[in-house]
Amino acid sequence: MMRDLLVSLVSGTIFGAGLALGGMTDPARVRGFLDIFGNWDPTLAFVMGGAVIVMALAWAMQRRMLRPVFGEGFALPDRSDITLRLVGGSALFGIGWGIAGLCPGPGFAAIAIAPPSAAIFVAAMLAGMLLVRLREGKA
Amino acid sequence: MSLLGTSLPGFPEAAPLAGLAGGVLIGLAAALMLLGAGRIAGVSGIAARAFSIGSGSMPRPAAWAFVIGLPLGALAVMNLSGAATPDFAGPVPLVIAGLIVGIGTRLGSGCTSGHGVCGMSRLSQRSLVATATFMATGFATVAAMNALGLEVLG
Repeated sequence: MMRDLLVSLVSGTIFGAGLALGGMTDPARVRGFLDIFGNWDPTLAFVMGGAVIVMALAWAMQRRMLRPVFGEGFALPDRSDITLRLVGGSALFGIGWGIAGLCPGPGFAAIAIAPPSAAIFVAAMLAGMLLVRLREGKA
Repeated sequence: MSLLGTSLPGFPEAAPLAGLAGGVLIGLAAALMLLGAGRIAGVSGIAARAFSIGSGSMPRPAAWAFVIGLPLGALAVMNLSGAATPDFAGPVPLVIAGLIVGIGTRLGSGCTSGHGVCGMSRLSQRSLVATATFMATGFATVAAMNALGLEVLG
């Protein structure tokens, strides 16, 4: 239990540091990356590339492990079906990401940078998540 | 931080080395979550778990610890770098964007971290489709807003 907490806290902290260092907590930089038909800022491609390369190595290690270092077993998604829900939800997410230049991780991380703005975004995001849950019952 | 300020020819505003370093940190954080705790570091899913909106096997205290870590890490970087506070959108666009992001990430089972980093690096078909989709609508949204002259960042 304590180890689970510590792993999560350290992971979240490094994650938040990476988001800020990479420019993900700067909406102008995010929207600059999404402005591919205009004044394009490719910085976020480097963020994504760096993260994906490190994680690809981690997945290669994971395949050789029976269980995680501090846990009982792996709890990983195993679905491979492409559904309308997946595509429609992702399409909506991209629209929201484009409007304010914030996605969930940077929304939380930005609470340390611009507390009122980040809190408004995070509260609305949680409300949106709750709407889906209420509409679908206790799924 | 001078090396991190290196620019990219043709893109005066880009910060490729700072981006790469930030990406490596994000990858290390996700690797720690995967190899240490056996879980996907997907922020939307972990946040839903922390606030009892989503189900899942992650203990809620651990979900909270991850969520609390995000601003702590960002705070450390902002203090060390001395960077200026960036501009954010006003309350109305923030509420609209937040609602859409919340609905979309629940329906789509993930966001930039879960699909874009953890799933893409695993070559998950669902994550490849999700990432291509949210990138495409993100591009289209910014292009449409620019065409309409909608400025959101103060």
